[in-house]
Amino acid sequence: MKKIRIIPRLDVKHPHLIKGIHLEGLRVIGDPRQYAEKYYLAGADEIIYMDIVASLYGRNNLIETVRNTAADIFIPLTVGGGIRSVADAEVLLRAGADKVAVNTAAVANPELLGQLSRRFGAQAVVLSIEAKRRPGGNWEAYTDNGRERTGLDVIEWAVKAEQLGAGEILLTSVDREGTRSGFDTDLVFAISSKVNIPVIASGGFGGPAHFNDVVQHGSADAVAIAAAFHYGDVQLPDLKRHARASGIAVRQMGEPV
Amino acid sequence: MTPTVAIVDYGVGNLFSLSRAIARAGGQPELALTADAIMSAERIILPGVGAFGACADELARRGLIGPIQSYAASGRPLLGICVGMQLFADSSEEFGHHQGLGLVRGAVRQIAPRAIDGSKLRIPHIGWNELMICDPAETRLFSGVKNGTDVYFVHSYSIEMEQPRCVAATCEYGGYTLHAALEHGNLYGCQFHPEKSGVAGLAILGNFLRFT
Repeated sequence: MKKIRIIPRLDVKHPHLIKGIHLEGLRVIGDPRQYAEKYYLAGADEIIYMDIVASLYGRNNLIETVRNTAADIFIPLTVGGGIRSVADAEVLLRAGADKVAVNTAAVANPELLGQLSRRFGAQAVVLSIEAKRRPGGNWEAYTDNGRERTGLDVIEWAVKAEQLGAGEILLTSVDREGTRSGFDTDLVFAISSKVNIPVIASGGFGGPAHFNDVVQHGSADAVAIAAAFHYGDVQLPDLKRHARASGIAVRQMGEPV
Repeated sequence: MTPTVAIVDYGVGNLFSLSRAIARAGGQPELALTADAIMSAERIILPGVGAFGACADELARRGLIGPIQSYAASGRPLLGICVGMQLFADSSEEFGHHQGLGLVRGAVRQIAPRAIDGSKLRIPHIGWNELMICDPAETRLFSGVKNGTDVYFVHSYSIEMEQPRCVAATCEYGGYTLHAALEHGNLYGCQFHPEKSGVAGLAILGNFLRFT
């Protein structure tokens, strides 16, 4: 049975773990490395790191943080933010990342997805999509933490990205991000039913009922959670117990050594 | 004395995490960049990420195929991880036809994009899946590891070993039984990533460190 992955998402503004609402109004939470290790020990299935200022400045401060974090967590680590080229990705992968997430650079140059996929394998290439609902009922892709419009329809972009070589989609609802008011389940279902690669639902988790909703009605393969974990609203082992009690398979964790 | 492991460094994969996991499991990781380093190692891990052809070409370009084959014939322990295990096979069909190391009889094939019941199957197979250990009483690699333990997989292609006795563990995906691990004399392999499989993965690496 497929295990739904529960992935703490750490938005990083070097050297701090930060959190905003709708990807804005950022507040410092703490040391990302400590949070990552805490989540690893609590049974996180993966970790996502997003350098949320990198693409604004076109540079990447994340390498040192990635190396420090990867040293002590033995689960997959996805890193995004400011990755413009195969060379940028390679530096992060060598520093201990297992996958790279790209958004802005892939919008500017969709061929980058193919280049990354051929060099590192599709499994290492995550397309990050920041989606905002349009009045018409569909969604537009944004970049730079939901600030810049791309004009791209999210469904068409996801389908195209899969064809180009993306191995996974990190799908963030900017409308729900940081609100803890529930996922945009319609958005998640619209994408997960159109692509054959895994979709990570991100933005809006506030409690276990939201998890069930996005898995059962949105067909999410994985769920990214930030604020509710960082602020301690929900603990990982409790969420896993809740998932199992609801008939959703999640990873069983061994005993720490 | 701390057991040493030489990781073949041929420019692919996340060697940092693997090195850290070996250290956490109680070993001393070293990087092997040359034929000499491979031939003088106590035990070797062959990692591999991405495309089979790119990995095979890179090993060939660096002149490491012959040394790895010789090392394997020496009887010392060799562990392939992910594409590293797939490279043990005779050939792969990923992005055209490629030759492998030919250490075990078998081929590497793409996982079907349809489940056995015809429903859509997500490829790559990414995530945690249960390991079904073929012979819990005999396995060395999974000694002390509970049958059904979740480990982390990331792959679009899968090795199909011809000899059932080489298959140490399987996993189920889309109704298919995939070969998840290999044990054959001094040869060991994991399709999953022990260095990314939490405490269970560290236990498996710890077992490998005890082999001589």
